[in-house]
Amino acid sequence: MTDLAIAAHGLRKSYGDKTVLDGVDLAVPEGTIFSLLGPNGAGKTTAVKILSTLITADAGVLRVGGHDLATDPQAVRAAIGVTGQFSAVDGLITGEENMLLMADLHHLPRREGRRVAAELLERFDLTDAAKRPASTYSGGMKRRLDIAMTLVGDPRIIFLDEPTTGLDPRARHNMWQIIRELVTGGVTVFLTTQYLEEADELADRIAVLHDGTIAAEGSADELKRLIPGGHVRLRFTDPAAYRHAAATLRGVTPDDEALALRIPSDGSQRDLRSILDRLDAAGIEADELTVHTPDLDDVFFALTGPAGIPDQPKETTR
Amino acid sequence: MSALGLALRDSSTMLRRNLLHARRYPSLTLNLLLTPIMLLLLFVYIFGDTMSAGIGGGGPDRSAYIAFVVPGLLLMTIGSTTIGTAVSVSNDMTEGIIARFRTMAIHRGSVLIGHVVGSVLQAVISVVLVGAVGVAIGFRSSGAGVLEWLAAFGLLVLFATALTWVAVGMGLVSPNAEAAGNNAMPLILLPLLSSTFVPLDAMPGWFRPIAEYQPFTPAIETLRGLLLGTGIGHNGWLALAWCLGLAVLGYFWSTSKFNGDPR
Repeated sequence: MTDLAIAAHGLRKSYGDKTVLDGVDLAVPEGTIFSLLGPNGAGKTTAVKILSTLITADAGVLRVGGHDLATDPQAVRAAIGVTGQFSAVDGLITGEENMLLMADLHHLPRREGRRVAAELLERFDLTDAAKRPASTYSGGMKRRLDIAMTLVGDPRIIFLDEPTTGLDPRARHNMWQIIRELVTGGVTVFLTTQYLEEADELADRIAVLHDGTIAAEGSADELKRLIPGGHVRLRFTDPAAYRHAAATLRGVTPDDEALALRIPSDGSQRDLRSILDRLDAAGIEADELTVHTPDLDDVFFALTGPAGIPDQPKETTR
Repeated sequence: MSALGLALRDSSTMLRRNLLHARRYPSLTLNLLLTPIMLLLLFVYIFGDTMSAGIGGGGPDRSAYIAFVVPGLLLMTIGSTTIGTAVSVSNDMTEGIIARFRTMAIHRGSVLIGHVVGSVLQAVISVVLVGAVGVAIGFRSSGAGVLEWLAAFGLLVLFATALTWVAVGMGLVSPNAEAAGNNAMPLILLPLLSSTFVPLDAMPGWFRPIAEYQPFTPAIETLRGLLLGTGIGHNGWLALAWCLGLAVLGYFWSTSKFNGDPR
């Protein structure tokens, strides 16, 4: 238990008769990035708010940084840094004043506070904007200031609630880079996102939150393995060639409308070669060949969609 | 750091933040100052003749009425600036930075204490400004020594503290700044229903008890007594009781609202 930065057992929270979290278990080892993935309204933000001491849970044994959330929230607060979904900067004062405010609240000596503030402003490329009111910042700049403020106290555990929502692609990639750098320093990051790509890109472990419970948990690869559906898709333009192939090849699923055949495959090089050999031996030449491996989107839809796996999974052209 | 040291340090940090806001965006405070100053000029220069004649002893010169009306307007100034408190607390609570404060290992009450101390300072400055206008148009205290001035100052600070805690609570329960402004309206309406502009015995008998025992009148009568040498009587104790009662009530109301889960 000591090497877990965040541990939750049986976390419950409801508002009135609406149950938001219905018995969630989480285990996040120190120094890793953990991503809580889920659609809007799944309860991600509620989970972050509870784990970061902002609101109280109805039930559950919760420990963050080795401290019990219910009995010692102040010790938890000393160990964490939080960047919420909505910008937590003081828009009425400048970026620099925001940083110095954080330094004061972390009780840094004045000189040390100024040094830390200047360093972080520099690191997050905000030095030029330091003397401007934070309300004049762009979305990406506000997020960077937000994270810079979170880092003032050198937190061991950082909660990031949808850190890239609303950012343009460049700002999003910058944020990813920032998050990766955080973990190299040994910090634990608890990240929520609704972007599978983001979880896939960053997280050591991913938990899919759906309807208040963890629908699946594991590394990105482990999650992908949960979902069947890897296949090679052959598409033909000539109906005669399609009919010939469908009649010749065994173990395929035909799609008469699209003139396409699905051959089960795990997408490995060996498996592809054997398929190509079979096609060559039978003298079949498809007009298009695509390899489909299940990606996190499939996992996500399979676990959170009301109707299971959608009929037409996304194709990945290799 | 000891609990008290932590509380003091964090509260002074929060106070600096609030004063920075007030200094950078003084328009709210200045707007709230306009009401008491306009009322002062209105009652002295427009209604002044009738009012002077009405309070008795007032001749064609308005100095007696100026002396009568200024103490009430000083307290009304406090009521007016605390509306600003309710609005800025409500505004602040909608800001993400408050959520950040709640997740930091700081003294919990410091956010509110910063607001209260900042607002009391602003109220005192406002009172001084309105008082200066009063002096400029002819207000003079009669027979007030150092002790009376100190007591008057103490009363104003205590009164401001009490109303500010109540206003903080109003700001916390208001969903937005507009609602906060409306909820805090009584703080500027009550002085209109007090002995600010006319003496109690000029009011209809059924209304007199309401005007007499609401928080503003005892404070106004006490301030008049201190600055003008009129009788204070039981008003001093009444004013003190109101101030302490409202301060304690406002404090517990506000802190219980703030310490609960945010809305």
